[in-house]
Amino acid sequence: MLPKKKYKLLNLFLLALALSTQAQSDPVQRGLEIARERKARDSGWVTSEVHYRMTLRNVAGDTSAREIVTRTLEVTGDGDKSLTLFKQPADVRGTAFLNYAHIDTPDDQWLFLPALQRVKRIASRNKSGPFMGSEFAYEDLSSFEVEKYVFRLVGEETFAGQRCFVVESIPNYEFSGYKRRVSWIDQSHYRLLKTEYYDRKDSLLKTLSLSDYQWHGEHFWRAHTLEMVNHQTGKSTQMLVQQLKLDAGLSERDFKKSALKRAH
Amino acid sequence: MRYGLLAYPGLVVSAIALLLAATAPGLGKLDFRSDYRVFFGEDNPQLREFESMQRIFAKSDNVAIIVAPGNGNVFTPGNLALLKAVSDAAWQTPYSTRVDSITNFQHTEADGDDLQVRDLLADSGLPPTTQADRIRRIALNEPLLKGRLVSPRGHVAVINITIQLPEINKSREVEEVVSSVRKLVARFENEYADVDFFLSGIVMLNNSLSEESRADIQTLIPLMLAVILLVLTLALRSTVAMLATFSVVIASWLITLGLAGYLGYFLSAATVNVPMIVMTLAVADCVHIITGVQQALARGQSRRDAIGDSLTHNLSPVLLTTATTVFGFLTFNFSDVPPFRDLGNLVALGVIIAYILSLTLLPALLCLLPLRARPSRGDNRMEHLAEWVLVHRNRLLPGILLFSLACVALLPQNRLNDVAVRYFDERVPFRQAADFMEENLSGYVFIDFQFDSGVPSGLTRSDALQQLDAFSDWLREQPEVAHVSTLSDTLKRLNMNMHGDRPVEYRLPRNSELAAQYLLLYELSLPYGLDLTNSVNIDKSATRITVTFSNIGSNQLVDFETRARRWIQDNAPDITLTAASPNLMFAHISERNMFSMVMGTLCALLLIALLLMVPLRSWRLGLAALTAMLVPAAIGFGLWAIYEGEINLGLSVVASMTIGIVVDDAVHFLVKYRRARRSGSSSEDAIRYSFSSVGPALITTTAVLASGFLVLTASSFRINANMGLLTAMIVLAALLIDLLMLPPLLTHLDKARGVIDHAAEKKIQTA
Repeated sequence: MLPKKKYKLLNLFLLALALSTQAQSDPVQRGLEIARERKARDSGWVTSEVHYRMTLRNVAGDTSAREIVTRTLEVTGDGDKSLTLFKQPADVRGTAFLNYAHIDTPDDQWLFLPALQRVKRIASRNKSGPFMGSEFAYEDLSSFEVEKYVFRLVGEETFAGQRCFVVESIPNYEFSGYKRRVSWIDQSHYRLLKTEYYDRKDSLLKTLSLSDYQWHGEHFWRAHTLEMVNHQTGKSTQMLVQQLKLDAGLSERDFKKSALKRAH
Repeated sequence: MRYGLLAYPGLVVSAIALLLAATAPGLGKLDFRSDYRVFFGEDNPQLREFESMQRIFAKSDNVAIIVAPGNGNVFTPGNLALLKAVSDAAWQTPYSTRVDSITNFQHTEADGDDLQVRDLLADSGLPPTTQADRIRRIALNEPLLKGRLVSPRGHVAVINITIQLPEINKSREVEEVVSSVRKLVARFENEYADVDFFLSGIVMLNNSLSEESRADIQTLIPLMLAVILLVLTLALRSTVAMLATFSVVIASWLITLGLAGYLGYFLSAATVNVPMIVMTLAVADCVHIITGVQQALARGQSRRDAIGDSLTHNLSPVLLTTATTVFGFLTFNFSDVPPFRDLGNLVALGVIIAYILSLTLLPALLCLLPLRARPSRGDNRMEHLAEWVLVHRNRLLPGILLFSLACVALLPQNRLNDVAVRYFDERVPFRQAADFMEENLSGYVFIDFQFDSGVPSGLTRSDALQQLDAFSDWLREQPEVAHVSTLSDTLKRLNMNMHGDRPVEYRLPRNSELAAQYLLLYELSLPYGLDLTNSVNIDKSATRITVTFSNIGSNQLVDFETRARRWIQDNAPDITLTAASPNLMFAHISERNMFSMVMGTLCALLLIALLLMVPLRSWRLGLAALTAMLVPAAIGFGLWAIYEGEINLGLSVVASMTIGIVVDDAVHFLVKYRRARRSGSSSEDAIRYSFSSVGPALITTTAVLASGFLVLTASSFRINANMGLLTAMIVLAALLIDLLMLPPLLTHLDKARGVIDHAAEKKIQTA
């Protein structure tokens, strides 16, 4: 009995080993696994409300501030739904932006313009332009979905004192602004610490650094400082989380087109 | 010491060979800067405004690909597909951050409550010709496109690539960009044989500056050497003399540039002339000394004595002429253009080195080589010439004076004009592209205006927007303006889109919130690279308006800038207007530099006049020298007004440079005249003596100088070619003045001095 059981265990062990080495030897498979794990660890918060303060900086050293509040509804099987309220500068206060992210088709987007008292649908497949003149593209801020990219583990290294996976992701979306991204994901918590963005001619365009990670809702790590530096223009944008609520008590109803007018 | 050196010629030659070996590695340190910005000092106000604007918005360095289809219509399905293919490929250009063309223009359209934002050429499902017609209609009515990215007739299109160079190794980065776009164009040229492509833009300008300078070095230096060899062989009629001079010339050039490399100088479109000018000037000293030796040999002296004799007689005039030349070039330091300061300093250094070498290396070589007396046929001719001048002196003096006055009267016909594109002649592809653009689309001269409300979000305030719109309208009304790119057009269009595309709504949003919210909406819809950050600053307090001109000179450009500033002062006093562009920088520096160089020329004149007082010790001779300095420049610039009439940076230095050069011949002539007079000769005999002793040398040096500077006219840089041509004209005029005007003037002045003065001087001398 005993030897037989031992034998069976050994078999299982060998099988697992074989599978894991095979996976390890296939960087695409490993990259995908890491991405899935990252997504899995950041799923289940249902809704969120985050207050951001953005500081834009140009090469001359001038700065300018923006304030937004983003409400997000987790959607499984597609991109998340999000509603962004613009607070500052004063002349866009009351403007609300609703986005239904999709994996491989253009997002559905609506904007409520208080000065016009109308909701306008934005029929554009572009999400790669600067968001409010910042160094963040809307593409950089939208929800992370595994299906949007082809991943590849390109290495492992220590970054900011933590052991990281270095994963390359190539966007599937034809109108992405990037050729590829390279991300540093820490091995203990699968948190994104840094991403390098490469433009369409594969030159390093921007670097996003995420820091000040805090523990929320007993399950989730969220970065409270995001710094995006554009290497080609020398401009940068810092995004600070001022308030963050997970499981924010929002419902599907709050993400309807009709919710835009009364969102503020 | 000179005679000591003559005893050990081998030693002198070896020492100089060692010096050469020590300095030559410096040549390798000379790098070439391909950047028009080297023309401006760090603290140049226009450069600073330009750079500040580039820091606030984005850099505007660019490559423009001009596409001219053979059928004269860019709006055919095939040609549109070609434009799209070129635009897509252009994104692959190194350091590119943005590509603008009619095909990827972000066209906005209303569709019910939808705002459609997409490439003008996008899959529309329409039949190809219908779509092409639609694009034609939109593009030729779009103020942001018509006249900028497509010609008003629709026969030429431009694809504009915005380039952000990291500026770590700028020359190499420029080469990378240029080689990439040239490959791109070559690929499409192969495929589309009936389509013409041209490359223009700031990056191409920088590239042409470096390519043409390199070409100049490669073609002009050998040409220069050939010309010097030829002239020397003809003039000195001695292989030995020619070889000795040639060695001094080459050694001067190599040591100067070697030292320049060690001193941290770099090569630019201006300093590239240093070897040519140094070689030319180095010849003059040698010719005077060798002619002296040959004359002494003809008198039957031994070779060593002849060399010693020539050195003694030439020492002071050669020192003096070297000093005046050096002063002339040192006044380049008055220039506001750093490369011209470098040019002046390096040539001054080269002239000093040539002076030292002609007193060391040259005699040493002459000692070692078998130099023979030259046949003295020329001297007879000189005597004939002297007689002729003396006979006709009463007609020559007023005749030349009248001619000179006529030339002076022509001087104001010259106009300052510094347009960088026109620094290249029509052979240069960059110039061809710019000319093609000027003829078919709009000009290559532009100004970026920064329209600054000074308040965050102040740009979208109603009053500021109305002022922006009125200013844009005013700009468009100006006759020299070809195109205006302004945010007010974008806002009007958005307002129309937001109101169901009704043409009556093509007007400014009615309040500032609306304008701000339209912009937010628009920005959310734009793709990577085609955003507004190049025209709106981060706190939305300021916008950049780009104005393109056709057929405008640098004067008119400065005038336009002044008018624009005045308009803002009168109509929008709360707005701060800043103007900047490479063209504007050249226009301003042109004026400022001209003023500085006039000061520099006066300073050179004063210094040289003072310097001449010492050896000539006579105000009459001083006056004669001054005439010999000024009249040739007046004749040169006067004739220039007829020939070309346009003065650029290159010509601004010619006056002070030629003063230092042409005075040399006058000094040689006057020193000989004075020597003869002091030994008791009559004025007429003194003139005969001067003609026969220095006449041949004057003709030889003038021939060398004139042909040397004429070599520069082969340059495809008009700044260098014009400088060479005008200098050659002035040098030739100077020879005529020295031989035809100076002698009558001297005899006239000496007659006027009268007998009493003469007697008084004699008394003092005997006392």
